[in-house]
Amino acid sequence: MKISVIITLKKDVLDPQGKVIHQTLDGMGFEDVNEVRQGKYFEIDTKETDNDKAKAKVEEMCKKLLANLVIENYKIIDPK
Amino acid sequence: MKSSVITFPGSNCDRDMDVALKKFGFKNKMVWHADAELPKSDLVVLPGGFSYGDYLRCGSMASKSKIMQSVINFSNSGGMVMGICNGFQILVETGLVPGVLLRNKYLEFICKNVFVKINDKKNKYFKNVYNEVLEFHIAHNEGNYFCTNDQLKEIEDNNQIAINYCDENGKIEDQFNPNGSIKNIAGIFNKKKNVLGMMPHPERMIDTSLSGEDGSLFFKNLINNLK
Repeated sequence: MKISVIITLKKDVLDPQGKVIHQTLDGMGFEDVNEVRQGKYFEIDTKETDNDKAKAKVEEMCKKLLANLVIENYKIIDPK
Repeated sequence: MKSSVITFPGSNCDRDMDVALKKFGFKNKMVWHADAELPKSDLVVLPGGFSYGDYLRCGSMASKSKIMQSVINFSNSGGMVMGICNGFQILVETGLVPGVLLRNKYLEFICKNVFVKINDKKNKYFKNVYNEVLEFHIAHNEGNYFCTNDQLKEIEDNNQIAINYCDENGKIEDQFNPNGSIKNIAGIFNKKKNVLGMMPHPERMIDTSLSGEDGSLFFKNLINNLK
């Protein structure tokens, strides 16, 4: 089963890379952009076949390694 | 005095640290990250470098390596643990010191000498250091110290800030902050002050002809404080 995780920076954390991407987009003519925040995306292919169990394991992975909860939030995307 | 320097895959300041510790009288051992047990030590150092290629977040993989459980146990029982640069990043990922180290504010890798002001001398790292200001070297891309407001309050209430970036006279201002860190923080302690994480490299300042001698001051003092 494949489970996806999106990790984003928390609201109050400075994201200099997002800022530069925003500026570049602005320079390219995409002037309507209010803000850009950069994040990370993971695809985890697990042997677990039970949806809830797999999600619980991935949540544990997020807390222990994939995200640093001081600065990041994680969102687990429901497998289809 | 016995010290141990941990080598992770991608560490590159481990041997510099070995040279510095031996120069000032430590009997140092190099310890591989996959070992389970620490040798008997009075000081454990997590050196600078790029452990695991800085993948995911700097220090995140190294913080889960086998030896780290021994390092955590050692520090919980009051042992002295010092993390320099990538070692500081490993310490924050382990949770031994609070906060995180973000990408530098202006997205540049910074490699230069800086001045730092010692904020607290009631600890074994800086006790009896005569100077208020030290000149150290920094070389990092992720040294922008950040923590939540609650953490910052706790850090300040417990006087856990070790050193702040400043000018040569010890003035702590924004313009002397190389990487955007909160309150110009260059290094912090855990609550008990037996664990120190800092971005600057004292081991690069131990030779009169190659650099300054403020690192020599630091190490001479450290070994005396541990005796």
